[in-house]
Amino acid sequence: MAITVRNLTKLYGAEKAVNDISFDVKTGEILGFLGPNGAGKTTTMKIITCYMPPTSGMVEVEGLDIAEHSFDVRKKIGYLPEMNPLYLDMNVVEYLEYSARLYGLKDALLRSRLKEMIDVCGIADVRRKDIGELSKGFRQRVGLAQAMIHDPEVLILDEPTSGLDPNQIVEIRNLIRQLGRAKTVVLSTHILSEVQATCDHVIIINEGTIVADGTLEQLQQDFRGSEKISLELKASTTNAMIAIYPKFKDIQHVESVEYGGQEGDLHKFSILTQKGFDIREEIFRRAVSEGWVLMEMSRKATSLEEVFHKLTTAETTNNKQ
Amino acid sequence: MKLNIKELSMHLSKFSNVGTIFKKELRSYFNSAVAYVVIVVFLAIVGWMYTSSMFLINVASLRMMFELVPLVFLFVVPAVTMRLLAEEKKAGTIELLTTKPLHDWEIIAGKFLAAWALIGIALLPTLIYYITIVFLGDIDNGPVIGGYVGLLLMAGVYVAIGLLASSLTENQIVAFIIGLLLMFAFYMMDKVLIFVPDFMTSVVEYLGIDFHFSNIARGVIDSRDIVYFGSMLGFTLYLSVVSLEKRKW
Repeated sequence: MAITVRNLTKLYGAEKAVNDISFDVKTGEILGFLGPNGAGKTTTMKIITCYMPPTSGMVEVEGLDIAEHSFDVRKKIGYLPEMNPLYLDMNVVEYLEYSARLYGLKDALLRSRLKEMIDVCGIADVRRKDIGELSKGFRQRVGLAQAMIHDPEVLILDEPTSGLDPNQIVEIRNLIRQLGRAKTVVLSTHILSEVQATCDHVIIINEGTIVADGTLEQLQQDFRGSEKISLELKASTTNAMIAIYPKFKDIQHVESVEYGGQEGDLHKFSILTQKGFDIREEIFRRAVSEGWVLMEMSRKATSLEEVFHKLTTAETTNNKQ
Repeated sequence: MKLNIKELSMHLSKFSNVGTIFKKELRSYFNSAVAYVVIVVFLAIVGWMYTSSMFLINVASLRMMFELVPLVFLFVVPAVTMRLLAEEKKAGTIELLTTKPLHDWEIIAGKFLAAWALIGIALLPTLIYYITIVFLGDIDNGPVIGGYVGLLLMAGVYVAIGLLASSLTENQIVAFIIGLLLMFAFYMMDKVLIFVPDFMTSVVEYLGIDFHFSNIARGVIDSRDIVYFGSMLGFTLYLSVVSLEKRKW
């Protein structure tokens, strides 16, 4: 495990920012930390990076406890804080060199890492410019270069794409995926498509507690409600259609069937299935054996967006009650 | 004694983080206008006082300068130190700095030394006045050396106070004002003794920074004054480290 978090709690005064959360991040995976604003993502990341200690609980990074081996942990982590703070009066090379030196790099190693980061992050053209003059996209690249300069095992990125335009978002995501191939990456976001585009593993956090933890597929599976299958059958007469209608109900796991109307000789049905079952194969077999002319069949799976929405809003309303 | 170079460089490398921060901070003073403004202010104010008064009293001495510079410090030093930590807190870069494998004291030490060095650099051009006096008449070198040593020590304590003020807030103006008030309080202590109850006068006098400065500026370097400056520096810097660690509470 690259990161192990156990029973982590952080209080700000009486308010629980993070409430008894536990999770693991495997070496080499990209974890998406997903949640609405104020859910506790940033607090968790600040604790992992040793910016502040937890109220209670334990965190290990690469097998090292953050309380006991804070220095070694910090050496292993590259961090891009929220809002990507930078020294605007320094130029790109000066800044990266400064960061590198504080990580203990020097001489040949420093120069080679510097060159590599400038190449990988695509900031060669702006390397002598003051950071204050750079566009947000370039600043984000500089922030990532800074986080990677000492070749850390673990990258912690707090909302790495916030405030960027759509093109820049795609660029930064690609960069993260590229950088993340050899690293363990934890990134936080409140944007779902971000997780879908970059992450292997998702943790959804809401009001300081974890409400879901798993791969994208698992989450979609686990939180799939009844699914809707849309069908279009061809039949010359309406009577033939009426004969077909009850036969859908014989299929296992079908919850209800709805007739969706007629367009020429095409008849539409929508079938609701029980949670977690895929009956498309069965429908196809039935169509073949019964001689139905199947023109179209599509399944509407629960999107992660719906899962997210369901989890984060349900929790909120429960808590308020 | 055999000098063990490896061991020596190991000891020195303990301070390499302080050096890195020191260089960065000093460079950013010179990248912005701060350094030049400070240098010009010193030269101009001191030069004006020097030329306007020295020929009047007709004595080859830098006494006037050494009376004036502590007052100039009251405004210049907080202006130099106000950004040191407040700016990092405001911009959020403090989070980057404190998540690097650094001790908090290394951050404080690097920043303190950079601001102190800047004041030292700004004092250098005032040596021109000393040189011209040497040509004009006989000058007693004791008070000059004492005066400069005293100014540097005083600047050190002021910079430490300013750094502490900067660590308390993320607003640079607030840091400036807190710094100015604290420095002014220590500056005034030995001047308000008539308002102080009798049994406390010696304590208050001992705390006053100008009292110790004038002792040294007379050309007498006494261990009591050195202890005062040393302990003020140490204590104030310690408070800054504590204040930086406040995030962990």
